[in-house]
Amino acid sequence: MTTSWYKRTQKGISTPTEEKREVPDGLWYQCPECKKVIQTSVHMENAYVCPECNYHARVGSKEYFSLLFDENTFEELDANLTSGDPLEFNDSVPYPNRVKASQAKTGLKDAVRSAAGKMNNVDVVIACMDFTFIGGSMGSVVGEKIARAIDAARARKVPFIMISKSGGARMMEAGYSLMQMAKTSAKLALLDKEGLPYISLMTDPTTGGVTASYAMLGDFNIAEPGALIGFAGPRVVKETIGKDLPPGFQSAEFLLEHGFLDFIVDRREMKDQLSSLLELLK
Amino acid sequence: MYLDFEKPIQDLEGKLAEMKQIADDSDVDVSQEVKSLEEKIKTLKKDIYSNLTRWQKVQLSRHPDRPYTLDYIENICDQFIELHGDRVVKDDKAIVGGFAEIDGNSFMIIGHQKGKNTKMRQVRNFGMANPDGYRKALRLMRVAEKFNKPIITFIDTPGAYCGLEAEERGQGEAIARNIKEMFMLKVPVICIIIGEGASGGALGIAIGDKVLMLENTWYSVISPESCSSILWRTWEHKERAAEALKLTAEDMLKFKLIDGIVKEPLGGAHADRESMYKKLKKVILDTTAALQKVDPEQRISDRIDKFSAMGVVEDLAPAAEITE
Repeated sequence: MTTSWYKRTQKGISTPTEEKREVPDGLWYQCPECKKVIQTSVHMENAYVCPECNYHARVGSKEYFSLLFDENTFEELDANLTSGDPLEFNDSVPYPNRVKASQAKTGLKDAVRSAAGKMNNVDVVIACMDFTFIGGSMGSVVGEKIARAIDAARARKVPFIMISKSGGARMMEAGYSLMQMAKTSAKLALLDKEGLPYISLMTDPTTGGVTASYAMLGDFNIAEPGALIGFAGPRVVKETIGKDLPPGFQSAEFLLEHGFLDFIVDRREMKDQLSSLLELLK
Repeated sequence: MYLDFEKPIQDLEGKLAEMKQIADDSDVDVSQEVKSLEEKIKTLKKDIYSNLTRWQKVQLSRHPDRPYTLDYIENICDQFIELHGDRVVKDDKAIVGGFAEIDGNSFMIIGHQKGKNTKMRQVRNFGMANPDGYRKALRLMRVAEKFNKPIITFIDTPGAYCGLEAEERGQGEAIARNIKEMFMLKVPVICIIIGEGASGGALGIAIGDKVLMLENTWYSVISPESCSSILWRTWEHKERAAEALKLTAEDMLKFKLIDGIVKEPLGGAHADRESMYKKLKKVILDTTAALQKVDPEQRISDRIDKFSAMGVVEDLAPAAEITE
């Protein structure tokens, strides 16, 4: 009988629905945290936050700009800066090829974009990192664009908002990467001098040289719920101490508890909270 | 102690010792042979030490006999009063600091400190500072600023400590704050890499008007071993990683990421400590004197401009555009 072909006589050959990951792009989104499946449009309208479990999906500069700038209107700054190759760094792939491949894959020039515009009618300059570009790593371009974004905020006499999302310094630019920590911090010292506000928003993940420079230097250090934030990554810490890490270690909530964040902000309320804070400083 | 590439020197020096022993034990005159062997060793040393690979320089920078911060302080300064503690949590032994006197001038000297034996290496945590160390350093810099004394920092660390408590107490924040605050110090700041300059752990006390590296030291964003383990999943390719990172004093000067190199005696700083101390003392005094001629505000803005210029980028099309 042919109908028996359709019958499942063996158990366990089918994948449970909640574990199925391949949903057609542009239609459905499955939350990696609670496995709930929702329509992509619903997820997007909810600021890429799971309505079920509040999981904040990793998004990039395009999404943050559209969430924060009024009518998604902004003037992008230094959009055409790209990386040089002063070290001629070559592991398995020459560094310029790595950059080009990442550019082709992401449509981005490097791991940060910066723009000026209005947020609830408050003029701001925002720089936002893209984790999809070589792990959001900080090389000369990232450092230079952030430095110039801070300069732009100073020239326009407007607040500066930095959205960090990075694995740290970019190894392939070695000494140059390291000095981007110094460069960006120097510019923030100048911003201080002029009494302009700096909000540092840390998103999942923010680690390494980024944490040890501009990300931790905000007048206001804030983070998204659940974001991993640390100097050393959890794997390195675990190897160093030779023990398992306590649950929640290096989460935004952990940092808040230890006094390194001013508050944690839900992405859906981010724009209003940030602009209210800035209004209070006027 | 001889490093692997110093083996030929070790062999000849062994032979020389043997020969001298023979001379002592018998009446045979070997003075000619001794002299020629000594010449040979000298030539060999010159040859080896002037052709070091990057990895060999990393090895020298970690040589256990190399002078550490407190050795320089002890041998350069006429007086040193160590000051302890960050006034918040504890006294981090991986960073030392205090007021010192050199030829009648007062300085604040701060530096990473490694231990000399197993016990002290643990006490000093191998020169890997916790946030408390960076906060102590900043506290001392503020004191120096109050009394208008120049600051000298000695950098020698395999990296900031990556422990659980370091994270709890904000390792990232502590380093970040130091970097930013050091830009605004009104007094001259001279930073000298005397051994290892690993990443943020080094930079946390290395923002200065003059950043100098001793000849056989390294300074980069990551150690060759860690770089190798990231790229090739093993520590074995550290030589290749060292080459790729271009982390020597010569490289860093060529890239304009440091301001100068202090030559070491043949064989490294430990080979002739006295001349190393003498040289560094002169460098410190001369550099400070030159910096003190500059107006404090000018010094700060020069410091900021110098670091702001670091990096290599290409601007494909300069004009900004309006999007959407």
